[in-house]
Amino acid sequence: MMMLTRDGIAYRVARDLPEGSYVNLGIGIPVLVANYLDPEKEIFLHSENGILGVGPTPAPGQVDLDFITAGKGYCTLVLGASLFDQTLSFTMMRGDHLSHAVMGAIEVAANGDFANWRVPGQSVPAVGGAMDLAVGVKNIFIAMSHVTNKGKPKIVNACSAPLTARRCVRRIFTDIAVIDVTETGLVLREVLPGLDAATIQSRTEAPLAVAPDCHEMDVPETFKGIQLRQ
Amino acid sequence: MINKTLATCLEAVSPVFDGATVMLGGFGNAGMPGQLIEALRTHGARDLTIISNGAGTGDFAMGALFGDGLVKKLIASFPAPTAKQFREHYLKGEIELELVPQGTLVDRIRAGGAGVGGFYTPTGVGTELAAGKETRVIDGREYLFELPLKADFVFIKALQGDRFGNLTYRGTMRNFNMVMATAGKYVAAEVDEIVPAGSLSPESVHTPGIFVTHLVAVPRHPRLLELPAEENP
Repeated sequence: MMMLTRDGIAYRVARDLPEGSYVNLGIGIPVLVANYLDPEKEIFLHSENGILGVGPTPAPGQVDLDFITAGKGYCTLVLGASLFDQTLSFTMMRGDHLSHAVMGAIEVAANGDFANWRVPGQSVPAVGGAMDLAVGVKNIFIAMSHVTNKGKPKIVNACSAPLTARRCVRRIFTDIAVIDVTETGLVLREVLPGLDAATIQSRTEAPLAVAPDCHEMDVPETFKGIQLRQ
Repeated sequence: MINKTLATCLEAVSPVFDGATVMLGGFGNAGMPGQLIEALRTHGARDLTIISNGAGTGDFAMGALFGDGLVKKLIASFPAPTAKQFREHYLKGEIELELVPQGTLVDRIRAGGAGVGGFYTPTGVGTELAAGKETRVIDGREYLFELPLKADFVFIKALQGDRFGNLTYRGTMRNFNMVMATAGKYVAAEVDEIVPAGSLSPESVHTPGIFVTHLVAVPRHPRLLELPAEENP
């Protein structure tokens, strides 16, 4: 089946981040979003360890050891960036100051619950800032594959993996669809060209309502590929 | 005349006693007090409770501390899969872990430093980390009650300091160092350089000297100066 690559999902998420937004990108597919932001939009990327305005990875020979991101990689800063400590950083995250957080997920439920911090069977638990973002930021975007490597739906009626937070996801971007979480349940907004709503539903455990203006995703061909696993 | 400087990291860690609670600053390698942690390992006080964001990586400083058998409990938010020593001893049941969401960890330390007796936060509601915690509904939203964290000893890293204990940081070094400096009975800072009194602009002091007991100027731990592999010719 044709689907978006990881970069394709990131490209599609980037289109929904408005000019001047303040955004935290989680590890995995979410950090790839940074590569597809329009510089004209002047979007500020937040790093929980104390940066607003994360820039690109430094050029070879330009690494400064005092500048790292939450993912522990080295970084530069953009024009207008600021640096601060954990207290101010988590005030931004917990106090509804960031406009968007993009995170990966193991499961998302129809009511907006999601699980992303503890893989079942993981021997040493680690949570970081995921729970803080989930309750403190209004627009929680999830970027993930639609199903697991084994083909199991990740958009479910109720999460079985340990929850990150209840009822907080606003929009889900997958390799085949864009789905909104609403008061009345999940609403299918976009599908990958060539697929129909019935196909998306067949790969989704929770029921999907189809938006009246549901349409095909506008993503360049370079971001489409054939799923190899499964 | 006030002079909070000490000559060595071993002097700075010498008061640490068995069973002490110790906060360690840093996030990743940035702002990690690598030399003070190595001195703590040499000092050898046991049954420590460590409060930090993670559990270090590799086989030096914080990463190695958990392999020395000196730690009985870790209060942290993100002991990463690369924290091999912690992982090994945690899985053997030799080190207890209290996992705390990172923002809650920050605010618990802030509360400890600010004399706040606890606070309510929505972070963690409905998750397994809410187990056993008092809850309260405020304006229709559920919150968890969280207790403050304080430490007998706090070890942090800054860029520069003066003999009054005023500190400045650079880049992403501030991270946990600033808030932890407020929450200890005894706070020692490792700095790149001790500068003459009066040379730090008062506007640029990040941690005022009131919070700092002692500071030591020492070259950074060599492992913290290593560039990533792809940067080495």
